[in-house]
Amino acid sequence: MSDILAYSFMQRALLAALLVGTLCSTISFFVILKRLSFLGAGISHTALGGIALGLVIGVDPVLTGTIFAVGTAMSTGYISRIGRISEDTVIGIFYASGMAFGIALISTFKGYYPELFALLFGNILSVSIRDLLLMGLSLGLILIFVLLFFRELLAICFDEEMAEAGGLPVNLLYMGLLAAMGLTVMVSIQLVGVVLVAALIVIPGAAAYRLSKNYRIMLVLSLAVGLTGSFGGLIFSYYYPVPPGATIVLVLALIFAVVMVLKPLHERLRQRFPLIKRSGGAR
Amino acid sequence: MEDLIRAENLGVTLGGKVVLEEITFSARAGDLTGIIGPNGAGKTTLLRAVLGLVPVQKGELTVIGVPSSRVKEIRPRIGYMPQRQSFEQRFPLSSADVVATGLLSPGTLLRRIDNKEKKIQTALKSVGMAHLSSWPFQDLSGGEQQRVLLARSLVRSPALLLLDEPNAGLDFPAQQSFMELLQKLKEKEGLTIILVSHDLISIAAASDQLVCINRTMHIHGQPADVLRSPHLDEAYRCQFDFLSSTGDKERSWH
Repeated sequence: MSDILAYSFMQRALLAALLVGTLCSTISFFVILKRLSFLGAGISHTALGGIALGLVIGVDPVLTGTIFAVGTAMSTGYISRIGRISEDTVIGIFYASGMAFGIALISTFKGYYPELFALLFGNILSVSIRDLLLMGLSLGLILIFVLLFFRELLAICFDEEMAEAGGLPVNLLYMGLLAAMGLTVMVSIQLVGVVLVAALIVIPGAAAYRLSKNYRIMLVLSLAVGLTGSFGGLIFSYYYPVPPGATIVLVLALIFAVVMVLKPLHERLRQRFPLIKRSGGAR
Repeated sequence: MEDLIRAENLGVTLGGKVVLEEITFSARAGDLTGIIGPNGAGKTTLLRAVLGLVPVQKGELTVIGVPSSRVKEIRPRIGYMPQRQSFEQRFPLSSADVVATGLLSPGTLLRRIDNKEKKIQTALKSVGMAHLSSWPFQDLSGGEQQRVLLARSLVRSPALLLLDEPNAGLDFPAQQSFMELLQKLKEKEGLTIILVSHDLISIAAASDQLVCINRTMHIHGQPADVLRSPHLDEAYRCQFDFLSSTGDKERSWH
């Protein structure tokens, strides 16, 4: 195990797994509670258009991809609200259009673009110091946003109408959450790629949601699942010749499958041997 | 007694469609006013107009002495309980957590809420749910969930309480128990309550006055008078028979 840390590329990869795992698990908590899973897939596929555009015009594809990802997330929220169209419909349109735009641009490429393949399928082993700084900056910004407005974001996820009636700036906070989601997707693309990134922002929260009836525990479990998947997948790919993006997602999927199997068993045991009994009262 | 809500020829248009027009009624302080009307009549929009969540284009609407354009300023004095389908039933919150969401307002952004626990427990106690404050909300029965949501709308000690179909989806005993609780709160706390419901019998029994709308105003007044009025049939576009004997009301549908 210690041989992993002997290589500087693995040290950077492990640090990237820690940063992105923490970032995705935190956002995943809100993605599940606000039912935005499909938006994650939509943002990542739209980002392909931005990445391809960056490569064509000679601008950093991470920058153009980030603009596309954040822009898609916020536009989806805005259009669905002002146009009274369901978010699913808007995402479906962006998803296909962004992907088509990316494919059209890629078809014009002449030669080999290693950056494109790294972003399509992820390449955590080639993460640079600059990439790590970008991930750390994104994590810092998103954590500050979440910590400052956690109660309000939770209230919006639970009952937006009530939050609005209470006078909270619901649209502003929701747009902030979507922007954070867009940024998270783009940062995470470097870890697992465009194709697989949705799993990273859906599975940790989904597994935790199945396991807990308390949001505090759900958040901790989401972090535990996300970090286990990120580190577990990365370490697995070190010993076996499988791309790390794929192993990270497979470990996460395995955790979710175990949760799906064990949860009903746990529920049955809990009903048979209740630890806490309800006291009487109004029913 | 003063009027906490006064609407005169109120008109609301949403997305180019007239949702409410020429609505005139008033709700006296300490009264329970029932809002009735068929599906799509604009009942929820009327509540949202009172909350200042939809703009009033025509007429006048005054809420606790403030015109509708400035209702935002007095929102902490208005409690609101939306319809049940507006939230996720399996959300991982305890009863106390749900009530705590009712304390959030622009004034609490980036600030600590004073006496938060005390306020939550007082609200839960007022609806008889203090013993289940740490219980997962998703494990409560429908009637208990409604009580917790009522506690959430009471946690800021409002003067005016707006309830949008609180009995929807509840069985008969739970409905009865909830209506009794409302009566108790009205008498004990002196709350002014606006209640939207499809259950004409129970709302008529509980209300001091009924307001019947179907996009426009059809009739308002004493519950017994409204239920006997042909305007009720007009509003619902069907014919009701309300037989009143020894104070009990029965209904048959033609």
